[in-house]
Amino acid sequence: MDAIRMERLTKHYKDVVAVGNLSLCVHKGELLSLLGVNGAGKTTTIKMLSCLTRPTAGDAFVNGKSIVTDTAAVKSCIAVSPQDTAIAPGLSVRENLELICGIYGFAKEKQTEKIDELVALLGLKSVLTKKAGKLSGGIQRRLSIAMALISEPEILFLDEPTLGLDVLVRSDLWDIIRSLKGKITIILTTHYMEEAEALSDRIAIMKDGKLVICDTAAKIKERAETDNFEQAFVRIVKGVAE
Amino acid sequence: MRMLTFAKRTAKEILRDPLNLAFGLGFPLVLLVLLTAIQASIPIPLFEIQHLTPGVTVFGLAFMSLFSATLIAKDRGTSLLQRLYTTPLTPADFIFGYTLPIIPIALAQGVICYVAAIVLKLPVTVNIVYAILGLIPISLLYVAFGLLCGSVLTDKQVGGICGALLTNLSAWLSGIWFDLELVGGTFKKIAYALPFVHAVEMERAILAGRFADVLPHVAWVLCYAVVLLALAVLFFLRQMEKQ
Repeated sequence: MDAIRMERLTKHYKDVVAVGNLSLCVHKGELLSLLGVNGAGKTTTIKMLSCLTRPTAGDAFVNGKSIVTDTAAVKSCIAVSPQDTAIAPGLSVRENLELICGIYGFAKEKQTEKIDELVALLGLKSVLTKKAGKLSGGIQRRLSIAMALISEPEILFLDEPTLGLDVLVRSDLWDIIRSLKGKITIILTTHYMEEAEALSDRIAIMKDGKLVICDTAAKIKERAETDNFEQAFVRIVKGVAE
Repeated sequence: MRMLTFAKRTAKEILRDPLNLAFGLGFPLVLLVLLTAIQASIPIPLFEIQHLTPGVTVFGLAFMSLFSATLIAKDRGTSLLQRLYTTPLTPADFIFGYTLPIIPIALAQGVICYVAAIVLKLPVTVNIVYAILGLIPISLLYVAFGLLCGSVLTDKQVGGICGALLTNLSAWLSGIWFDLELVGGTFKKIAYALPFVHAVEMERAILAGRFADVLPHVAWVLCYAVVLLALAVLFFLRQMEKQ
């Protein structure tokens, strides 16, 4: 079954077509990366799928629920880790996690259980009582992802999760994302080609709001006739431009 | 439940900021002590403790607008609100979650000011309790200012508009620090067309037990509060759409 089905999904901002007629399916448990240069429409697509922005035309079905007519049902099964770190800076790490648990109405025992689980998974134990605003960028990003995961989403949107992080922190986050593969459906946007290649089951390349190709990294390289994924990306995007 | 969780977060963020405590609590107390000391040396009826305390408690509420607007504007400037907009929180949860915690904080500020005033020889009467309760409609007015400014301004602009403009308007056009009759004319007309002086006179009337004088002032305050709250909700929902 498809976790997400996009049907001619379109978003206009005045005369600018941010996303145009995007039709794409994401399978349950799959990790799909959205790749594209700046302004390709990746973030707008995520915003529409997470009910932050209403499509101008078309629709998408998340777990079978329309993002246009059934936003409450969609919101109950998704979680978003936005591009920038999205935490409450004046609260401790634990309080940030409790905030999300409270919003999703978790009982006390479940809340404790989920916090313990996420703290172990994301290595946050040593900073549990520290104020989130005082933590390093890498730890804040981990907390941001923990806040997305704690609501037990069936579908997780990760918008450039490793942007601006050093190599070691990025590697740690890759391990965390890998550990989630197959358990939940993940849509990831990134500018890092190696990240998309290393983590994704399939990669969708967008340009000027349109889908150019959606396939495995191997197939994309094959089509671009190169062994280097970055080169394949450049060729495909430029090829379409020409 | 969801709204209460969010409201708890609002209260924690506001109360944990040391600057908020310094300005929200410390500044009104300093004013109260300082002006009482001046009054002791150079007697001015306006600075007698029974006149001064209602004014200072109302003036202190201007900081509540600043705290609330700063928090909302900061949240808008980061991705936190974007994340929360993708959760089951409804627009009503956000609006109440941002505004309701301000009211008990405002009342606590009022209680502390009155306790300090009692120490400074304010006669203890039951009217003090009524005056503290009278702060509820006034805090609604300042909460509305906060929600409105937080919804339309950036956190830097909030500092200018709420931090400087609103506190100055609350100071100059409220009759707390000088008698508006002394200036008179257009200045006085403008002051009485705005809610600040009515808030102060309402509190003075309650504390003095002149309850018949309260109604016209509370009407002014509530009218402004309702209109501003409606505008604030409208602008908050608009920025939510934009996000």
